[in-house]
Amino acid sequence: MQLTLWTYEGPPHIGAMRIATAMRGLHYVLHAPQGDTYADLLFTMIERRDTRPPVTYTTFQARDLGSDTAEIFKTAVADAYERFRPQAMIVGASCTAELIQDDPGGLAKALALPIPVIPLELPAYQKKENWGASETFYRLVRALAGSTAEVTPREGRRPLCNILGPTALGFRHRDDLVEIEKLLAALGIDVNVIAPSGASPADLGRLGAADFNVVLYPEVARAAAQHLLKTFGQPMVETVPIGVQATIRFVEEVAKLAGVDPAPVLAGAPSRLPWYSRSVDSTYLTGKRVFIFGDATHALAAARVAATELGFKVVGLGTYTREFAREVRAEAALHGIEATITDDYLDVEAAIQGCQAELVLGTQMERHIAKRLGIPCAVISSPIHVQDFPARHSPQMGFEGANVLFDTWVHPLMMGLEEHLLGMFREDVEFHDGVAPSHLGGGERAPQPEPIRIEPTPVAETPSTPAFVWDPSAEKELKKIPFFVRGKARANTERFARERNLAVVTVETLYDAKSHFGR
Amino acid sequence: MNAHAPIPALDPGCAVDIRQERGQRAVFCGLTGIVWLHRKIQDAFFLVVGSRTCAHLIQSAAGVMIFAEPRFATAIIDERDLAGLADMNEELDRVTRRLIERRPDIRLLFLVGSCPSEVIKLDLSRAAQRLSQSFHPDVRVLSYSGSGIETTFTQGEDACLAALVPEMPREATDAAASLLVVGALADVVEDQFSRLFAELGIETVRFLPARRAGDMPAVGPNTRILLAQPFLADTARALEARGATRLPAPFPLGAEGTTAWLKAAADAFGIAPDHFDAVTAPGRARASRALDPYRAMLRDKRVFFFPDSQLEIPLARFLSREMGAALIEVGTPYLHRGHLAPELALLPPGTQVVEGQSLDAQMDRARAARPDLTVCGLGLANPFEAEGLATKWSIELLFTPIQGYDQAGDLAELFARPLNRRTRLEV
Ligand code: SF4
Ligand code: SF4
Repeated sequence: MQLTLWTYEGPPHIGAMRIATAMRGLHYVLHAPQGDTYADLLFTMIERRDTRPPVTYTTFQARDLGSDTAEIFKTAVADAYERFRPQAMIVGASCTAELIQDDPGGLAKALALPIPVIPLELPAYQKKENWGASETFYRLVRALAGSTAEVTPREGRRPLCNILGPTALGFRHRDDLVEIEKLLAALGIDVNVIAPSGASPADLGRLGAADFNVVLYPEVARAAAQHLLKTFGQPMVETVPIGVQATIRFVEEVAKLAGVDPAPVLAGAPSRLPWYSRSVDSTYLTGKRVFIFGDATHALAAARVAATELGFKVVGLGTYTREFAREVRAEAALHGIEATITDDYLDVEAAIQGCQAELVLGTQMERHIAKRLGIPCAVISSPIHVQDFPARHSPQMGFEGANVLFDTWVHPLMMGLEEHLLGMFREDVEFHDGVAPSHLGGGERAPQPEPIRIEPTPVAETPSTPAFVWDPSAEKELKKIPFFVRGKARANTERFARERNLAVVTVETLYDAKSHFGR
Repeated sequence: MNAHAPIPALDPGCAVDIRQERGQRAVFCGLTGIVWLHRKIQDAFFLVVGSRTCAHLIQSAAGVMIFAEPRFATAIIDERDLAGLADMNEELDRVTRRLIERRPDIRLLFLVGSCPSEVIKLDLSRAAQRLSQSFHPDVRVLSYSGSGIETTFTQGEDACLAALVPEMPREATDAAASLLVVGALADVVEDQFSRLFAELGIETVRFLPARRAGDMPAVGPNTRILLAQPFLADTARALEARGATRLPAPFPLGAEGTTAWLKAAADAFGIAPDHFDAVTAPGRARASRALDPYRAMLRDKRVFFFPDSQLEIPLARFLSREMGAALIEVGTPYLHRGHLAPELALLPPGTQVVEGQSLDAQMDRARAARPDLTVCGLGLANPFEAEGLATKWSIELLFTPIQGYDQAGDLAELFARPLNRRTRLEV
């Protein structure tokens, strides 16, 4: 048993719903107890969809148990087929139905419907939402893409590719797709099928006709693309085009596979990020300590952008996607840190506290942790709430996506001038330590309560085990350091004192430590 | 748990058409009750024993509140538990002990059963007893089931309050008659009712649940219970088993419902009719004034209720009798015929009441009828809006103070708002 206050991912059948809801002409019959229809709200409310998800739930109750839950399931499949007339169906069980072992696949097969019915095995006590999405997409592709492809010879036609990965309830998938289609069009590449978003089962049958695949979200589409590589020999581009450099690399790789010239697309200044980041106004961003957490795709991309395109210092990096832990660990090593691989939000909270971040790039949850700790924060990954399905165009990918990243990440930070003046004059009644940046409304910063730790988690540096005391004047001097670096200054000073066995931390010690560590 | 009370003999004059329907149901499970109950009982903690689905449900339902000092969590059963590699009772004790250590302010802990825990027959009531003993006297541990297979939405509150009944102190047999108001009400509503009962001259009035675990009210043979909510079948039965007597009444929604509800108590306590009229007159006048502006908006509007909370019948009664709305269909997840009898008697003859649900068929009926206002859950609301039907999302009725005279206008406004909005928008 695991004590959980918040879960980064839903159960795997939510992942399957994200695939079904993204597609057209596909229906999902889910063996589930009454009550599990709450999942509809994720799509109708958070993503604001204007139709019900194409999901029929059996909604069995206690009085149905033991007798006829299998019968209820069969009736639900038959009725759903009659009513919705889908091109294909997926069938499976939720966590509770998994326990009663009705075998949805076998039961549906016995009905001998005139359409493909694809059974899903999603172990709910073991796997989670993204795995469920990936597995569902892979099963669909395997069942529907066939094994032979009609590829017209390359001569005399434009290159053709599939775009794989965008789902329902995906973070900015809608707008990322627009950017990628724009890039491909500019390169002179045609799109064969986009899937799962907007694709029908019949469309999946045409996947083999493309020359190669573009995998936008490896969490969802890597397994399916690997199957297509094996079956049709279609190579894949797996570079996630988030950030300027990643987008350039993406364009070059795609162009190479398609045999086209990337130069025209890369010419000029396709993104404003490089200039904005080089302009002197951004100098104060140099070395800002940033903590990054999210799904692996977005966390990895954010780490690169933060370090090499905005000049931040990545002091924490982690993901809840265990399937991609290796990649995230490798990236963390490049930044000289250890990755936080966990799905326990209390671990993440401890890690954020432990690294004295000045900016947190994370999920909806990190937003609340950051609020508690009084640290600026921007959202880079699911899980997300309704405000991160905005009406305006807000991609993360491509050159426009880079523009969005620049604005979104810099926005929560104190503006340069404000930061300078705070450092010089500490007793101003309006602009002082305790208030948020003035362009964010300037409300009082939330006090910093001790987090409720369910599991005592070892924190790298524990600032509160002093064998020394702080001299009051040193304590006072510490307060003169701007709040966003004060935590770091305190930790450095204490480490300095500990290492030298000093009994008292004085103003001198503070400045000795400062000169020893630099910023 | 959902077993209905024996059906009382039907009044031959009853003109309401009650039908039952079975099929796909689009409703919440009882776990959702935690979202408001944990705010009401301030030193209680709710630990769901379930799956990742249950944890996901609570966080989806509780939205951003989860971070304002959450007093609920989920102990997620994993494959080691199911494979028998870990002793589930030991695991539960371990998780609970850690939770209590970290939250020493907790006085009452509910172990909340879910579909998975019920299906694998994890005995949470025994676990609660065991843990209660080991935490005695600091923390009381109780259990109830909020599973979807047994409870629908507000029935989670019923199950929780029923679990509290054995904890209530015994009222002395020779105590003077007391009034017990049952059902979690907004604090402001509770305070209004307290004042009204005091003015009426009813001396001992208590509320279940109390705001703190240590203050649960006493109960005994001289207790008269007044249900403030229509979904409290098990709680009422448990209180009756302890000797209390239920006062039949409509529910305190709208001016008429509130008056009839208060009147049931006043009559039971022998309050003179003149005095009752004098005490309630200002409230009735205020409610009537507050309702006036909405009557014009809601008159003759055709309303369709999807099942959600069991509040549908009292709400339909209010809309039809006080606001002049027309009722197409009134869906309810369960119909407790005994507790709802005074409400049913007030519905217009011929009202279609549907107990249970077959979702697609019901949506077909709604589409065919094209109601002016469809009261439904959030899974259906936007899809219906996109089809051109005005909707009122039903869950809000549980999270908003709507009972009593001074909330009657607010209640009407909740239904008028979507219609009002439609007249404003030009896009
Ligand atoms: S109130 Fe109930 S029992 Fe009485 S007449 Fe109406 S439906 Fe029948
Ligand atoms: S209790 Fe049952 S219906 Fe509710 S979330 Fe858990 S599994 Fe789903």
